[in-house]
Amino acid sequence: MSLLSVRGLTRDFDGLRAVDGVDLDIGEGEVRALIGPNGAGKTTLVGMIAGRIAPSAGRMAFGGRDITHMPTHRRMRLGMAYTFQITSVFAGLSVVENVTLAARRRARGAAVGSAVAAALDRVGLGDRGAEMAGDLAYGHQRLLEIAMGIAQRPRLLILDEPTQGLAEGEIAGFGRLVRDLAGETTILLIEHNMDVVMALAGRITVMDAGRVLAEGTPGEIHANRAVQAAYLGGGGDAAAG
Amino acid sequence: MEFGPHLVLALIEGAVTAAVLALTASGLSLVFGVMRVVNIAHGAFFMLGAVIAWWITQGIGGHPGWGFAAAIVAAPLMVGALAVAADLTVLRRLSYDPERTIVATIGLLYIIQQLTLMSYGPEARPVVAPFDARIALPWPERGAEGWRIGWPWGFGTTAWKLAVIGAAAALVGALWLFMARTRAGLVLRATQADREMATAFGIPVERVYALTFGLGAGLAALAAVLIVPIRQAHYLMGGDPLLLSFVVVIIGGLGSLPGTLLAAVLIGLSDGIISVFFSPTLAKIIATLMVALVLVFRPQGLYGTRAP
Repeated sequence: MSLLSVRGLTRDFDGLRAVDGVDLDIGEGEVRALIGPNGAGKTTLVGMIAGRIAPSAGRMAFGGRDITHMPTHRRMRLGMAYTFQITSVFAGLSVVENVTLAARRRARGAAVGSAVAAALDRVGLGDRGAEMAGDLAYGHQRLLEIAMGIAQRPRLLILDEPTQGLAEGEIAGFGRLVRDLAGETTILLIEHNMDVVMALAGRITVMDAGRVLAEGTPGEIHANRAVQAAYLGGGGDAAAG
Repeated sequence: MEFGPHLVLALIEGAVTAAVLALTASGLSLVFGVMRVVNIAHGAFFMLGAVIAWWITQGIGGHPGWGFAAAIVAAPLMVGALAVAADLTVLRRLSYDPERTIVATIGLLYIIQQLTLMSYGPEARPVVAPFDARIALPWPERGAEGWRIGWPWGFGTTAWKLAVIGAAAALVGALWLFMARTRAGLVLRATQADREMATAFGIPVERVYALTFGLGAGLAALAAVLIVPIRQAHYLMGGDPLLLSFVVVIIGGLGSLPGTLLAAVLIGLSDGIISVFFSPTLAKIIATLMVALVLVFRPQGLYGTRAP
């Protein structure tokens, strides 16, 4: 049974159809990548899934429950965690305090401390807990954000352009982190970096002009001519680059 | 009396003012920091704490310590509960709009003041301190055979004044620990930092606001209960604490607890010294002048950060 099920999801912005009748099913334990050129509607789609944008039409179900009209914080309580496209950490709080805020609904008492330490160790920030989040380098702030996602022990972790602005070495570390998490939680990855997508995703959904253009394994997507045409503007076989 | 002992007495008076001011202003600073509400009714909550303390100590007989112990627990709780009710019925309905909440809290101030006048009356009434031993203070004197420790006549203070300083310092320390070390304090600081993001992390912001408003008013009431054995309970007694709290909060930096404490000590001590040597009115004039200078040269306050 699929964890997240989206049917006919549509969103209009002043006559512009940003998302147009999208169907999407993500199974439990999957690592799904969502790709597409700029303006394809990825962020709008994910905004609707997370409850930040109200859909114009269509339905969504999460874990078998209809969430179409559910507010964000209740979706989070059902087990969705969402890291924003723009870094969002509490700059004036310490690294540990940031993660504690995220963990506090899933654990009680002393369990919070260990959950926080575990999440920080996962992303490799275990020894920087006392630092102010705002003093961390950009790449580390993104890792902190992911730690805040992990600490919520979500059933579905939505990562919106997590490698944007990261250095090469940091991207490799991020890849290891996602592979490590893949056994425990379902991941929806919105990503521009094709190397990352091809290496990490079990299945890929390609969007173009608000619609789902193709869906399949990395191999199938790599070979799909329609994807190459849309995504790369007919740029031939450079799909992996 | 010579200048030295006189200065020590002024410093003790100043320390009492500073201690009570630190507590009152932390409440105001907390409410502004977390809720962005400028609470004009803060002085009315202060006054209500003192008046309720008088009612309670009148109602309980026996040793004055019992009545006072009941008052210091019950009065802040009652004032806090009233503030929570005011938040739920008034401020929440205004969506915490900065301008409309100023007008609403001005209204609250007048309602509380008039109800107190109608029930408690216009008299200033004293509350007996739980203990009131007089402590003579030593001072070095030059006698026939050189320097020795003497006890100049009239040079002393009361045990209660020292207790007020100690209790206020302990309470402010406890507040700091609560904010810095507990999970509830963390939730408050996160709400203060970014309300939208706090909501995204499942923090029940409206409940946090109601409790913050109650906590802020409770701190003002607590300060009033401590000071009411020294300064009597009166329905207009909230004016000076309100003015000085705003002075302290603006000088220290809005929403910053360390800045509030530093400014409270600064303003409290200078208020004590200037009041003793010159006049209380001059002390208020200088405090207000300091606010003007801070607003011109360092508008974010000593510890505050500039709005991005």
